[in-house]
Amino acid sequence: MATEEINVVEEVGHEEHDHDHHGNFWTTYVFSTDHKTIAKQFLITGIFWALLGGILSVIFRLQLGFPESSIEWLRPFLGDWITGDGKLDPEFYLALVTMHGTIMVFFVLTAGLSGTFSNFLIPLQIGARDMASGFMNMLSYWFFFASSVVMFTSLFIETGPASGGWVIYPPLSALPQAVNGSGLGMTLWLVSMALFIVSTLLGGINYITTVINMRTKGMSFSKLPLTIWAFFLTAVIGLLSFPVLFSAALLLIFDRHFGTSFFLSDIYINGEALPNQGGSPILFQHLFWFLGHPEVYIVLLPALGITSEVISTNARKPIFGYYAMIGSMLAIGFLSFIVWAHHMFVTGMNPFLGSVFTILTLIIAVPSAIKVFNYITTLWGGNIRFTPGMMFSIGLVSFFISGGLTGIALGNSAVDIQLHDTYFVVAHFHLVMGSASFFGLMAGVYHWFPKMFGRMMSNKLGSIHFWLTFAGVYLVFFPMHYIGVAGFPRRYYSFTNFDTFNDFTDLNVLVSIAAIVTLAAQFIFLFNFFYSIFRGKLAPANPWGSTTLEWTTPRFPKHGNWPGEIPAVYRWPYDYSKPGADEDFIPQTVPYSETPESNTPAENEKIKLETNGDEIVVKQNGDSH
Amino acid sequence: MRVDMKLVESPDRPLAMHPKKFALWLFMISIVMIFASLTSAYLVKRGDGNWRVFDLPQMFYYTSAVILVSSITMQMAVRAARRDQLKTVISLLWFTLIMGLLFLGGQFMAWGDMISNNVYFTGGNPSESFIYVLSGLHWVHLISGIIFIGIILYNTHKFRIHSKAMVRLEMANTYWHFLGALWIYLFVFLIFNHQ
Repeated sequence: MATEEINVVEEVGHEEHDHDHHGNFWTTYVFSTDHKTIAKQFLITGIFWALLGGILSVIFRLQLGFPESSIEWLRPFLGDWITGDGKLDPEFYLALVTMHGTIMVFFVLTAGLSGTFSNFLIPLQIGARDMASGFMNMLSYWFFFASSVVMFTSLFIETGPASGGWVIYPPLSALPQAVNGSGLGMTLWLVSMALFIVSTLLGGINYITTVINMRTKGMSFSKLPLTIWAFFLTAVIGLLSFPVLFSAALLLIFDRHFGTSFFLSDIYINGEALPNQGGSPILFQHLFWFLGHPEVYIVLLPALGITSEVISTNARKPIFGYYAMIGSMLAIGFLSFIVWAHHMFVTGMNPFLGSVFTILTLIIAVPSAIKVFNYITTLWGGNIRFTPGMMFSIGLVSFFISGGLTGIALGNSAVDIQLHDTYFVVAHFHLVMGSASFFGLMAGVYHWFPKMFGRMMSNKLGSIHFWLTFAGVYLVFFPMHYIGVAGFPRRYYSFTNFDTFNDFTDLNVLVSIAAIVTLAAQFIFLFNFFYSIFRGKLAPANPWGSTTLEWTTPRFPKHGNWPGEIPAVYRWPYDYSKPGADEDFIPQTVPYSETPESNTPAENEKIKLETNGDEIVVKQNGDSH
Repeated sequence: MRVDMKLVESPDRPLAMHPKKFALWLFMISIVMIFASLTSAYLVKRGDGNWRVFDLPQMFYYTSAVILVSSITMQMAVRAARRDQLKTVISLLWFTLIMGLLFLGGQFMAWGDMISNNVYFTGGNPSESFIYVLSGLHWVHLISGIIFIGIILYNTHKFRIHSKAMVRLEMANTYWHFLGALWIYLFVFLIFNHQ
C-alpha cells in the first residue's frame, strides 16, 4: 500500500494508468497487453515472414528465369530439394509457390498489416488508453505466433510443406497420395490456419469493439480518420468471412482424416476406385472463395486507409471527398461478399450465373475508381512533401490503377476463359492486391515509425528503397501481362519443354533479374528500420505536421498513451491548409472557438456547443472508464 | 486549454452497451457465419444431386424440448438475480446446467440411433455426414456454454453476482439463448431440407 501512495505523490497529474506497468522483461516485451507493443510484435513477425516469402519467390523465379542453370549452391539450404543434376525438385517448386502465396496473403498482408496498424493506430487515433480487451489482444498475437511456428515447421519436414496452391483445392489437398505435400505438410497447413483464424477473430472482435465503444469525447464517426474507418471495415469483413474458411477447412479435415466425402467423388488412383462417393470439389471452391474474395479487401482496405491519411497529410490538403471515401469503402466491403464466383468462371458454372457475377464484379470498379479519383484530386494542387511514406502511398495509387484496369478485363466471364490461371492473373493480383498492399504497409511503417520508436528513419535510404522497389515491381509484373496473354499457365515448373512457350524466355529472364533486385532493395529498408530503432535521430513531437490524435502523445508513450487526460476532439482530421489559419494544419484537439480566423459560418455556429454547459454536460460525461 | 470545453453534439458513450457484451455479440456473429456457411454448403450440395435421404432421429425432438426448457430456467435465474434471490439463482443455474448435460447426452443417443439406422458419419453420402457435422459442431459449442454457466455458478457462490453485478450473468444468459436458438434453427433447417 505504501508504495502505491508514494507513486501517486510522485506522478502528480497522471492518471491511474501510469503506475501499474513497471512489469518485468516478460510482461513488458513478450506477454504484453499494451497495444503498441503488440503492434510492434506483429510488425517484426510480419517483416520476418515477408523476407521469407520474398526469398521463396526468388528461388522459384531462378527456376523460371534460368531453367538450364545449376542451383547447386543452394544445397546447403535446400538439401535434397535440389535434384542430383543441380535442379530444383519439381514438387518442391509447387511447395514454394504454395508457401509464397500463403505466407504473403495471410502472414504478411493480413496479420502483418492489419495486426500492426489496427493495433497501433486504433487506440491512438480514436483517443483510447488501450484496446477494449488487452488480454484478448495479447492472445491474438500469440495465436498468430503459434500459427507461424506451425507453418514455419512445415517447411522443414521430410515430405515438404503443403504444395497444392494457397487455395488448397481438393481433391489435390484432400488425398495424401496426390503429392508429397498433401501429407503431413497439408495437415500442418490446416492446423496453422485454424490457429490463424482464431487469432484474426480475437483481433477483429477487439478492433470493432474498441472503435465503437472507446472513442474519446467528440470523436464521432464523422470525425474518425479514414485509417480507422478502413481498419474497422476490415475487421468487420474478417469477422464475417474467416469463419467460412474455418467451415471449409473443417470439412476438408473430415475428408482427409475421417473418411467423409464432402469434396470427393469418383476418384480413381492407379485404376483403383476410392470409396468416397457423392461429394463435390466445387463445393470447396464456393466455401473457400466466400472467404477468399473478401480476403482480398481485408488485405487492401487497411493499405487504402493508410494511403488516405498519408496523402492528405503530405499534400497538405484535406482529403478530397471524405464521405465518398467512407461510402466507397462500405460499398467495396459489401460487394466483396457477392463476387466470389468470379474465381470460378471455368468450373462449369451456369453461364447466366456467370453473367450475374460478372456484373457484380464490374460494379466494384465504381467505388474503386471513386477512391482513385479522390487520391488524385487530393494530390492536385497540393503542397506535396515527398517523404518516403508519401512516395509509397503514391506508388500504391499507381499500382491500384494499373492492376485495377486488368481486373475489369478479368471480371468478364467470357474473357476469363482465355485468361484464367495464366500469368495475366498473376500480374493482375500482384499489382492490385500484393504490391499495392505492400506499398501501403511500407507507407505506414515510414509514416508512423517516429511514433512507434520515437526516432526518425533515414529519408534518403527511404527514397532509394522506394525507387528500386517501385521500378522493380513494375519490371517484375508488367511483362507478366504479355506472358499471360500469350497463354502461359501459372504454377508450371518449366516452359522449355513446350515449343510454343520458347518465345518468352528472355522476358522471363528479365522478370527474374528484376525480382532479385527488388528483393535486394528490401535489405536497404531492413537496415534503415533496425538501425533507426536504436540510432535514428530523435523524432520531434509531430514530425509530419499531422492533425490526428496520436501526435499529441509524448515521444515515448507509456502504457495508457496520454500522461494526463485523454484529449477531446472538436473537428475532423483533415484541416490542412485551411484558408485564414495561421499554420497549414489544425489538430483535431483545437476547438473552433480558438480559430475564429479560419472558421466557416457553419463552424462558428458550433462554437456555441463547445463552450459552457460545463455543469450539465461535464458531469454527465465524466470519464466512463 | 481545451479541457473544460465540451462538444454537446457528439457522444461520450457512443453505444449504450457494455464492451464485453458487445464483444460477445461479435463472437456470436462469427459462430453464425460458421453455421450459415455449413448450411448453405448443405443446400448447394443437395442441389447437386447424389443425395441419400433418410429419417432424422426421433431423439432430436426431445433434445430440442430440453434445450428450450433450459432457456426458460436460465431466464428465470436472471430474474431472480435481479431481485438478489441468490439461493434461487443457484438452484436455477444448476437446473439449467443439468438440462444442458442432458441435451449433450441426448444428442449422443441421437447419433447412436442414426448409427443403428445405418447412417454413419464417415464412409457414406455427404447428406449423412452433414447431420453429424452440424449437430456435432453445435454439441461442441454447447460445451462452452455449460462451462460458462459453471463459471457463473462458482461466482454466484462467491457472491460476485447479484443485482448490482449482472454483466456476466446476462452474458451467459445471452449466450445460452443463442446456443438454444442455434439448435432450433439447425433442427428446423434439417426437417425442411433433409428430403
